[in-house]
Amino acid sequence: MAKRVAVVGTGQTFHKSHRPDVNGQELINEAVQRALEDADLTLKDIDAIVIGNMDHFEGINYVDCWSVDGSGGTMKPIIKLTTGGTTGSTLAIGGYHITASGLFDKVLVIGWEKNSESDTTGAITTAFDPVWDRLVFAGAIAALAAEGMAYMTEFGITDRDAARVSVRDRKHACNNPHAQLRKEITIEDVLASPMLSDPVHLLDVCPRTDGACAVIMASEDVAEKICPNPAWIWGTANRHTYTYVGDFKLGEIDSMKYAAAELWKKCGIREPRKEIDVIELYQPYSFAGIIWIEAMGIIPRGKGSEYIWSGATDMGGELPINPSGGVIACNPIGATGLIRCAEACGQIRGKADQRQVPDVKLAVSTGFGGCYWTDILLYGKKKPS
Amino acid sequence: MAEIERLVIHSGEGGQPFNYAVGLHGSKFLTELRDNKRLMGIRCPACGKVYIPPRRVCGACFVENTEWVEVGPKGVIGTYTIVRYAFIDPETGHQKPVPYGYGFIRFDGADTYFQHFVEITDESRLKIGVRVEPVFAEERKGTIRDILYFKILD
Ligand SMILES: [Zn+2]
Repeated sequence: MAKRVAVVGTGQTFHKSHRPDVNGQELINEAVQRALEDADLTLKDIDAIVIGNMDHFEGINYVDCWSVDGSGGTMKPIIKLTTGGTTGSTLAIGGYHITASGLFDKVLVIGWEKNSESDTTGAITTAFDPVWDRLVFAGAIAALAAEGMAYMTEFGITDRDAARVSVRDRKHACNNPHAQLRKEITIEDVLASPMLSDPVHLLDVCPRTDGACAVIMASEDVAEKICPNPAWIWGTANRHTYTYVGDFKLGEIDSMKYAAAELWKKCGIREPRKEIDVIELYQPYSFAGIIWIEAMGIIPRGKGSEYIWSGATDMGGELPINPSGGVIACNPIGATGLIRCAEACGQIRGKADQRQVPDVKLAVSTGFGGCYWTDILLYGKKKPS
Repeated sequence: MAEIERLVIHSGEGGQPFNYAVGLHGSKFLTELRDNKRLMGIRCPACGKVYIPPRRVCGACFVENTEWVEVGPKGVIGTYTIVRYAFIDPETGHQKPVPYGYGFIRFDGADTYFQHFVEITDESRLKIGVRVEPVFAEERKGTIRDILYFKILD
């Protein structure tokens, strides 16, 4: 029987577009030190480490090996996980599986990236098929733009509707000292920003960031001894659907639809919109803030934009999304999905400071990558039955 | 401020030492394209889906695809974008030719989308649902570059 698992500590760097003052292992170390401090543990207490990034962003392979000075992995069991955009959320899921196995009581999970150290679009291109995908491929932005275009055409929304999502997240980011972009923007700012790939403007998409995040997971045997109010992991799900970019369903995200449906079923969630208190959505561009919450089952298909405009997903609304400012305000890619986990758990533990949503009992984090695949995790204040 | 001297790593004029196989199915598509300007898809015997590019296995059904079907050459724009931001193509080391039309084309008779360039001589003509046809290269070499781009018909 698997052990129940809780998050007992988290740490993040203060993410920036460029951190020339530290190398990879030093950046990682900042997040690890903060997580250990948050959990009131020392490195001796850690039984195993799970670490990851997208190695092609720095052009340096095997972070599990070369980062041990920073990660604390000297003479400890370490494995690396890397799954593209979902790396951070996969780290959270992998850390959960390892801790739930009962073989390790306290597991340190680390995601990081120094996107400033290479060309992001060039590096992303190398993750796609050289024969069939790369001729026209233009990194994440163009493929997402094609999704946005399909949805926009089907439901008659405009780039103004999507801009409302950017405005929300950038406003929320002002409450988060760890976020990279902490300046409010208006809808007019978004629409006046350069068109990168129709219908996506510069201010509709995530930036490139240097940053690291560490999360400490503990099995039910020790979790409450370490932390009086841990964030329990209720369940996880993921889905991969396609091989080539041209295989996708236009303007829909099946991987989110099926992963979320499985998670709600496993965890007994009947009405996600009413039962969930906060979502940290891996939302690399504004249109996803509309399309993907529909796929998640929060709101019926075609109604996402109306829901966003109602203010329901703003701080103080029915279901705040991205109190941290989300991916549009900060995106150290290999850390991004794990930051969503850390932020969601911070909400459960009442440690989110200025960005705290009151009385959070259930929180969700997601991850997104490559050919439209999805990770999703549900956390609760209550120990799962 | 003092000038920063950066470490620069060059590959010079050296090629990239990759040598990819496209498999028997990919080869058939590329040779038919090169020799006969024909576009070959493959149908899953279980779900009936016609795949472009053709592949050996339908992942959803996890069965071997067996039935070749000719598709296109005309098709319809399923979705598209116009790429306007400049970036270096890691395949060539040169900037991609922005702006360019990036189309997801559904060939007549196919169920998945073929990604390729679409003409943007008049951007207002590029819309979801417009019909397109490939413009083939004079000298074809057995790559998807044997199609230069797609021309808008409507
Ligand atoms: Zn099939």
